[in-house]
Amino acid sequence: MTGTGVGASVRRKEDLRFITGKGNYTDDITLKDQAYGYFLRSPHAHAKIKSINTAKASKMPGVLGIFTGDDVAKDKLGGLICGWMIHSKDGSGMKAGPHPVLAQDKVRFVGDQVALIVAETKAQAKAAAAAVQVSYAVLPHVVDVAKAMKSKAQVHDVAPDNRVYNWSLGDEAATAAAFKSAAHVTSLDIVNNRLIPNAMEPRAAIGAYDAGTESYTLYTTSQNPHVARLVISAFHGLAPEHKLRVIAPDVGGGFGSKIFIYGEEVACVWAAKHVGRPIKWTGERSESFLSDAHGRDHVTKAELAIDGSGKITALRVNTKAAMGAYLSTFSSAVPTYLYATLLSGQYNIPNIYAEIDAIYTNTAPVDAYRGAGRPEATYVVERLVETAARELKIDPAEFRRRNFITQFPHQTPVIMCYDTGDYGAALDKALELSDYKNFAKRKAASLKNGKLRGIGFSAYIEACGIAPSAAVGSLGAGVGLWESAEVRVNAVGTVEVLTGSHSHGQGHETTFAQLVSEKLGVDINSVSIVHGDTDKVQMGMGTYGSRSGAVGMHAISKALDKIEAKAKRVAAAVMESSVDDIEFKNGTFTVKGTDKKMAFYEVALASYVGHKFNSNEIEIGLKETSFHDPANFVFPAGVHICEVEVDQDTGLTKIAAYTAVDDFGNLINPMIVEGQVQGGVAQGIGQALIEGAVYDEDSGQLLTGSYMDYNMPRAANMPHIENFKLGFTCTPCPTNPMGIKGCGEAGAIGAPPAVINAITDAIGVREIAMPATPLTVWSAMQPMKKAAE
Amino acid sequence: MPTLSVKVNGKAVKGDVEGRTLLVDFIREHLGMTGTHVGCDTSQCGACVVHINGKAVKSCTTLALSCEGADVTTVEGLAKGTELHPMQAAFKEHHGLQCGFCTPGMIMAAIDIVKRNGKKVDEETIRRELSGNICRCTGYHNIVKAVQAGAANM
Repeated sequence: MTGTGVGASVRRKEDLRFITGKGNYTDDITLKDQAYGYFLRSPHAHAKIKSINTAKASKMPGVLGIFTGDDVAKDKLGGLICGWMIHSKDGSGMKAGPHPVLAQDKVRFVGDQVALIVAETKAQAKAAAAAVQVSYAVLPHVVDVAKAMKSKAQVHDVAPDNRVYNWSLGDEAATAAAFKSAAHVTSLDIVNNRLIPNAMEPRAAIGAYDAGTESYTLYTTSQNPHVARLVISAFHGLAPEHKLRVIAPDVGGGFGSKIFIYGEEVACVWAAKHVGRPIKWTGERSESFLSDAHGRDHVTKAELAIDGSGKITALRVNTKAAMGAYLSTFSSAVPTYLYATLLSGQYNIPNIYAEIDAIYTNTAPVDAYRGAGRPEATYVVERLVETAARELKIDPAEFRRRNFITQFPHQTPVIMCYDTGDYGAALDKALELSDYKNFAKRKAASLKNGKLRGIGFSAYIEACGIAPSAAVGSLGAGVGLWESAEVRVNAVGTVEVLTGSHSHGQGHETTFAQLVSEKLGVDINSVSIVHGDTDKVQMGMGTYGSRSGAVGMHAISKALDKIEAKAKRVAAAVMESSVDDIEFKNGTFTVKGTDKKMAFYEVALASYVGHKFNSNEIEIGLKETSFHDPANFVFPAGVHICEVEVDQDTGLTKIAAYTAVDDFGNLINPMIVEGQVQGGVAQGIGQALIEGAVYDEDSGQLLTGSYMDYNMPRAANMPHIENFKLGFTCTPCPTNPMGIKGCGEAGAIGAPPAVINAITDAIGVREIAMPATPLTVWSAMQPMKKAAE
Repeated sequence: MPTLSVKVNGKAVKGDVEGRTLLVDFIREHLGMTGTHVGCDTSQCGACVVHINGKAVKSCTTLALSCEGADVTTVEGLAKGTELHPMQAAFKEHHGLQCGFCTPGMIMAAIDIVKRNGKKVDEETIRRELSGNICRCTGYHNIVKAVQAGAANM
């Protein structure tokens, strides 16, 4: 390992611009003659659009154009797509309703975009929007996923019962038989609360059209600009790919919400040609709340069958998953292939059956949010396992250990084949780090201060490194999920890496450069990572599903191997030896058994000089490409232990201690990995304790539409530095040469059940709903208090 | 349109602004300094924090004209040439940022916290006083560490 190579906690190369105010986010960019866009949004949860009158608004000062669904239809601009086809049990395809770029005929949720108003200034566009007259005929609406199938509201004509699909996985009969012969059955009704991602940078876009070259440019807050270009080109039909450039510059967080193709971004780039000026739209936070794809929102009935020896024999799950008003880009895959396939958790469960209804509601669309399906699966499994252990009076750590998978590879009954792992090792380490054996003492000390202390476990697993193309293709994905890399070695020996991954906080400019430094022996400051521009990087699939390490870096690693192979040929030619005798180590090429050597930069220079070798035998230049398709998912797993203190008078829950032990395989940059875990755990604690999107049933309005109503985790919600402990175990992943597994989502997956298991332990109840706000916890304690009086 | 005269990062600037123009818009759009960010519309997130006459203020809820004659410092004004402010250096050293969007506001708020509470400001105080700054990436763990380290070096 060099000082900046793989395994070193290198300080981030990207930080300088961010700490000095020199970042370059979409809203920081100003194009010549730029105009401003503002979206008029639906005030109704469900309504027919009778008419839109723009006459008065069009004459307002500064207005350059007003665009509605009619204009979109006139231009035959295609609708937004959902890229993953799911088939119901009966074989029918999922029922995808129309999803126009601007609403046509109907609006389906509060915030649905109705018109784009373009003006000289933001204020003028906003003022004109208020003068657009829309006549609505209000229709019945439904916002609760549990009630939508029986509602008189019908979100889309194609789905009379609002059901998008009824999908299943696993052996229903064998699972039923296992339940019949079970010694013990644990059942829970589980709600996974709806969350709003809230990346700190609101979505934004600048669309531009160059009439001279007949080409479009879109600056956008995207996690995957190439997918955006593909969809806008192939499905919206705006322009062929070579006439459409998509740039995702610095992006201020994503967490899934910036994977998707949204109507606003498409509308801005489309309308730019009509207006003849670039159009900038920057979402306000209230627009983010209303229109960013939300996460979770599952209602589940779950049962666990256990035999007389405390071994789990079966798991049965029935889930209603909200899709919102439209099928967002990856939405259909989340409660199916990213959820049901992980229901085996870390356990040897011979029989699993899951049945999923995906359901339309008159709410913002629901799609992947940090973890995407895997937090929901982990929450179901870990709540059941913890509850079962308590019912059977077995220590929850021991109950888990008794059921852990110990042989690898392990084929689960729900598609996934786990490659490696050592779940017992993570549990041991977590027990030690959390000082589990002295918990009773801490509990007694808390009680002296009037606080109820509880402890909760969560042994999560996730499938990351998304995803083997053939596998996801066979399951309905429209595109495979490979990744590309191009390595360009300059004549002076500096290196540019072009990657299809996109960094929006993950630190790729550092970790990817560490890999290059390690493999080529060049200084990390001689490496630059290029991403986020379709004119620079040819094609890529972007960053989500903890894929950029396992898949993106694997592509880079392969391209670097090709660079090394080519450079060896150049070195052999220049040093007049056989290529088989060339050795490459620490950035130096040597001829075996001689003192002949060339530094990496000398070989790079020789590659471009053109007359140092026979260019008929070796091509000039040093540049290589790789398109890498992963062989399998990767399976990070770990054990999280949470301790809470509950105030008996107020129900206020404090995270007293949190321990996370994760197996991510090898770590490229431990500092960055730890940061990912800490951030993920904060989001998980947020879900468990304070976050929750609430729609009013009567009006269909989003009640949690600002930071005054939607409770974001603050610094004070997190455990103190000394009480937040991280540890790692390592079983290297066998399907990539770095042996890495992906760490971006683990915290958000592991934390919610750990926190809720701790609260239920503290106050002695079986179930409690997320978010476990002080009111919820206080209310849950009242029956026991009354009984005690 | 009224004219605003204000000192920004030590430099006297003038601009014609509307009565409703917010300080953050004056900084970002009139001056073209985009280090100060807007992350919300209810004065909660703190991405827009700047110093006005040495005190941390949310520039998204400050009318530009109310700053007539004031001394405004933004994140761009902290470093002395290539020498980072100790708080900037601490955020890098302790990995106190990921996507970077909240970072300018965090750093500006952190400096104010240290100025008011001293170099030995404790963790509890830092966490409480950061309640007006939201970060979605870091879980605050390393931000708190960075503020403590930056405080010691200020």
